[in-house]
Amino acid sequence: QIRGSRARALPDRALVNCQYSSATFSTGERKRRPHGDRKSCEMGLQLRQTFEAAILTQLHPRSQIDIYVQVLQADGGTYAACVNAATLAVLDAGIPMRDFVCACSAGFVDSTALADLSHVEEAAGGPQLALALLPASGQIALLEMDARLHEDHLEQVLEAAARAARDVHTLLDRVVRQHVREASILLGD
Amino acid sequence: MKETPLSNCERRFLLHAIEEKKRLDGRQTYDYRNIKITFGTDYGCCIVELGKTRVLGQVSCELVSPKLNRATEGILFFNLELSQMAAPAFEPGRQSDLLVKLNRLLERCLRNSKCIDTESLCVVAGEKVWQIRVDLHLLNHDGNIIDAASIAAIVALCHFRRPDVSVQGDEVTLYTPEERDPVPLSIHHMPICVSFAFFQQGTYLLVDPNEREERVMDGLLVIAMNKHREICTIQSSGGIMLLKDQVLRCSKIAGVKVLEITELIQKALENDQKVRKEGGKFGFAESIASQRITAFKMEKAPIDTSDVEEKAEEIIAEAEPPSEVVSKPVLWTPGTAQIGEGIENSWGDLEDSEKEEDDEGGSDEAIILDSIKMDTGEVSNVGSQDAPIVLSDSEEEEMIILEPDKNPKKIR
Repeated sequence: QIRGSRARALPDRALVNCQYSSATFSTGERKRRPHGDRKSCEMGLQLRQTFEAAILTQLHPRSQIDIYVQVLQADGGTYAACVNAATLAVLDAGIPMRDFVCACSAGFVDSTALADLSHVEEAAGGPQLALALLPASGQIALLEMDARLHEDHLEQVLEAAARAARDVHTLLDRVVRQHVREASILLGD
Repeated sequence: MKETPLSNCERRFLLHAIEEKKRLDGRQTYDYRNIKITFGTDYGCCIVELGKTRVLGQVSCELVSPKLNRATEGILFFNLELSQMAAPAFEPGRQSDLLVKLNRLLERCLRNSKCIDTESLCVVAGEKVWQIRVDLHLLNHDGNIIDAASIAAIVALCHFRRPDVSVQGDEVTLYTPEERDPVPLSIHHMPICVSFAFFQQGTYLLVDPNEREERVMDGLLVIAMNKHREICTIQSSGGIMLLKDQVLRCSKIAGVKVLEITELIQKALENDQKVRKEGGKFGFAESIASQRITAFKMEKAPIDTSDVEEKAEEIIAEAEPPSEVVSKPVLWTPGTAQIGEGIENSWGDLEDSEKEEDDEGGSDEAIILDSIKMDTGEVSNVGSQDAPIVLSDSEEEEMIILEPDKNPKKIR
C-alpha cells in the first residue's frame, strides 16, 4: 500500500522511502533538530539510493517500502551502521534483496588506510570514505568520500573499505543464519 | 508545472546513439562543453556558462561572532538555489530532493576539503570573525548543474576581495574599499567537480551529460578534484552498481579534465585582473558584445560528414523512383476547388468520393504536395461515411463530419 500520495506509485516497481533521524542525545553535543535538517535529508536520500539498487523492487509493484533509521549513539561511521542495520531489517521483513548490503567507512592517516573510523578519527579531519558493497559480486552500491585524498591512495583506501565490508558480511551472514535457526526451532517441532 | 516525461522513442534514440559512441551535440565521450566565465563589476560576482547551463555566483562577507566550539575560525556558508527560470519543472515547493543533494555535495566539496583557510578569517578570537557567504543561483538548466555550480563557487571565491581589517589591541578598525584596497581570500586549492553519467548498467559512460542525457542515465558519479590530483569528494548517486576499476578509471579522467578547467579559470581571472588594473571597463555589460552581428551566434557543432555522400547515394539507389502523380484540380463552386483525393481511408468501409473532371484551373493553383492531397482526401472521405464509425480517443473525435461533396477544403 502506498501511504500519502497515490500518484507516486510506480506501476512496475516498489517505491523505497528512507528516513534518517539521529536522536538529540546521540552525539557529544546535544543536537537541536533531529529531523528535517539537511544532513538527515541527505542521509535519507543516500540510504534510499542504496536500497533501491539492492532490493528487488520489481517483485512488489505499486507498493511502498519504508525504512526508518534512528541513530541512538553516534561514534563515527553512522552511514555504514545505518546501512547494515537496514539490511538486517529488510531481510527480517522478508523482502527479497539481491544480496546483503554491507557498508563500512575507511580513512587514510599517515599513508596507512584505516577501516571503520571512530568519531575521534573522523573529527581529526582526514579523508574518509563510506562504501556500501554487495559482497558476492563486488559491486559498489554507494561510494562517498570527503576531504582531500591524493588519487594514488584512492585504490588503497577502496581496498581497505571493501575488505572491511566483506568481513561485516560474514558477520551478518552468521547472525542471520543463527537467527533463522532459532526461529525455526521455536516454530517447528 | 510537472516535468514533461521523456518519450520512449527519444529515450531509445539517445541510448542507441550512446551505444554507438555518438552524442547529440557531436561531442566525444570525454569532452566538456564550452566553458565561459564572465565577471561582474563587484568583486566576487561571476557567471559561469557550461554550454547552456548558467550559474551566477556571488560572494559576500560580514563580521559576526564565531561559533562557540570554533572560536578561531571563520564561517563559510554555501547556498545553491534553483531559480524558477532555470527549467519549467523548478517550482518553489517542488525541488527539495535535488536541492538537498546538490547543496550537500557542494558543501562537502568546498567546506570539508578546506579550500579556504578559515583561520585567516578570524579577526578577534572568540568575538569577531568573517562570515563568508556564497550564493549560487542556477539561471538555466541544461544538464550538469554540479560542475557549473562548483566552478562558479570557486571562481567567485577567488575573485572576491574582503575589506581590510586591522586590530590594535582591543580596537578593530574596518577599512572601506576607498581607504585601503580590499584583500583577497586565502585559497589553498581549487576543487572542481567532474560528473560522469552511466548508462546501461555501467557499460557506457559520458562526461558532462547535458539535460537529455541526464534524463536517460542510470546513475551519476561526481568526483571533485583539484589540480594537484587530490580527490576532494566522490559521490555516486542514482543507484547504479559500480566496480572498483571503473571508479579508478573515472578518477584518472577527472584528473585530466580538472587540469584543463583550472587553467581556464586562471586565465579568466588574470584577464579580469588586467582589465581592472588598466582601468578598462569591466562587468557583465561588457561581456555581452552588442553592435556586432555575431553577438548571439551559436557555436557550430562539428559533425562528421565524410561518409554522408556514400550513404545518400546508397539510399537513393535502393529507393524506388517516386510515383508519378498527376493532379487535376476540381472546381466545385466558384472559389472552392479540390485537387486530388488522397489515398484510401483505411479506417473502415467507405465509398470513394467521385472525382469530377475539370476544364481549367480558374485560380492559379500552386504545385501541391502529396501531404496536402492526403489531408484533403481524409476530410472528404470521412465526410462520405455512411455509418458512424466509433473512433479511438484521438483528436479526430472532435472533427465535424461533413456531408459528402459539400465542403471540400480549398487548396491554394
